[in-house]
Amino acid sequence: MTLGFDISLAFLVVVLAAWTIQVHDTFSAVLAFVVFGLLVALIWVRLASVDVALTEAAIGSGVTGALLLSAAALLRPTQSAVAPPGAAWCTAAGVVCAIITAGLGAIALLLPDPAPTLAPLAAASLPQSGLGNPVTGVLFVYRALDTLLEKVVLVLALVGVWSLAVDRLWGGIPALWPATCPDSTLTFLAQLLPPVGLMLGIYLCWTGADHPGGAFQGGALVTAMWLLVMLAGVRAAPATGLLSLRLLLIVGPTLFLVIGLSGFALAGAFLAYPPGYGKPLIIVAEAALTLSIGVTLGLLAAGPAQRAKEP
Amino acid sequence: MIRALDLLTIVGVSAGCFFFVAGTVGLLRFPDALTRMHALTKADNLGLGLIVLGLLPQAAGLGHALKLVSIWLLAQVSAAVASQLIAGAVLRQRSAI
Repeated sequence: MTLGFDISLAFLVVVLAAWTIQVHDTFSAVLAFVVFGLLVALIWVRLASVDVALTEAAIGSGVTGALLLSAAALLRPTQSAVAPPGAAWCTAAGVVCAIITAGLGAIALLLPDPAPTLAPLAAASLPQSGLGNPVTGVLFVYRALDTLLEKVVLVLALVGVWSLAVDRLWGGIPALWPATCPDSTLTFLAQLLPPVGLMLGIYLCWTGADHPGGAFQGGALVTAMWLLVMLAGVRAAPATGLLSLRLLLIVGPTLFLVIGLSGFALAGAFLAYPPGYGKPLIIVAEAALTLSIGVTLGLLAAGPAQRAKEP
Repeated sequence: MIRALDLLTIVGVSAGCFFFVAGTVGLLRFPDALTRMHALTKADNLGLGLIVLGLLPQAAGLGHALKLVSIWLLAQVSAAVASQLIAGAVLRQRSAI
């Protein structure tokens, strides 16, 4: 019964992937990509990786989908004028993709049985950190440096998007979707849903210490609620030059960095936590990171400044 | 007693699945956007509602049951708003032609 479900799920994902590549309309391709992400999230659930599933659904499907949709809307006027790539390019891309797929397949199939793993070691030392969720343990204890750099990369990506603004609009207001029409139903949703969504975001961040969840998933919900509010026109997008906004962007990574540096003095190493204070410090860092991630992702989707800020 | 609750689950989930299948058939077969949406909302409201109703007896406690019901309520809200938005877009498109 479950094998049949798994096989049809995998089949559906492959078909949807092929369709996403093959379809000509960018808008349809993006929609198919979003559905693809949700199905992949289901696969992660079937593989008992609920943390990865939540991230895939929230970031891979939701936020990336919103980014791609706004890109597709921007490209729409010029799309018909662009010639499709020639047969040589298509063949080259196909060959490269086939080689990568074959390589990944070979790696997965040729793994020694049992596969080499550090999981028992990681699980054995987890109680020292006070955390119950091994994924959060890996993210904030064993590989904290990766997590820190990941958050910094996010801010750098936003700087990259902002740099697309013309000089005189630097620090101005992003324009979000070009064709946003006010609608009373959307306004209703934007007033009804944010309290629920924000509470769920806080819950996901808080529960991440012991159960699936965490800063990225919680932050993505904050982003979704904020985008909804901005799209419905309940609150306008803020000027990107606003000092308080920029402080929100860096409060998470900065706090994490400060905790990491204080590890030198208190625990003898960068990003080491003093014994007994591991869990509280991680939760403080996660809370700040959730806020920063939410604001960063929202501004990434809002795009570069396209209007001057009001004097 | 347990048997009766399990029976409720089987009936509820099966009925829910039936509405999802019917909604999908409608989505594929109906001629225009508004009627297709009509078919989809049946799957969303009744189908998901019946599945949640069927799963309620299996919930581990009041907390789980409330989570299931809130999933249904959130899906209801999003489906209602999304269909309003799509219908609005369809009407605007029609009046533009």
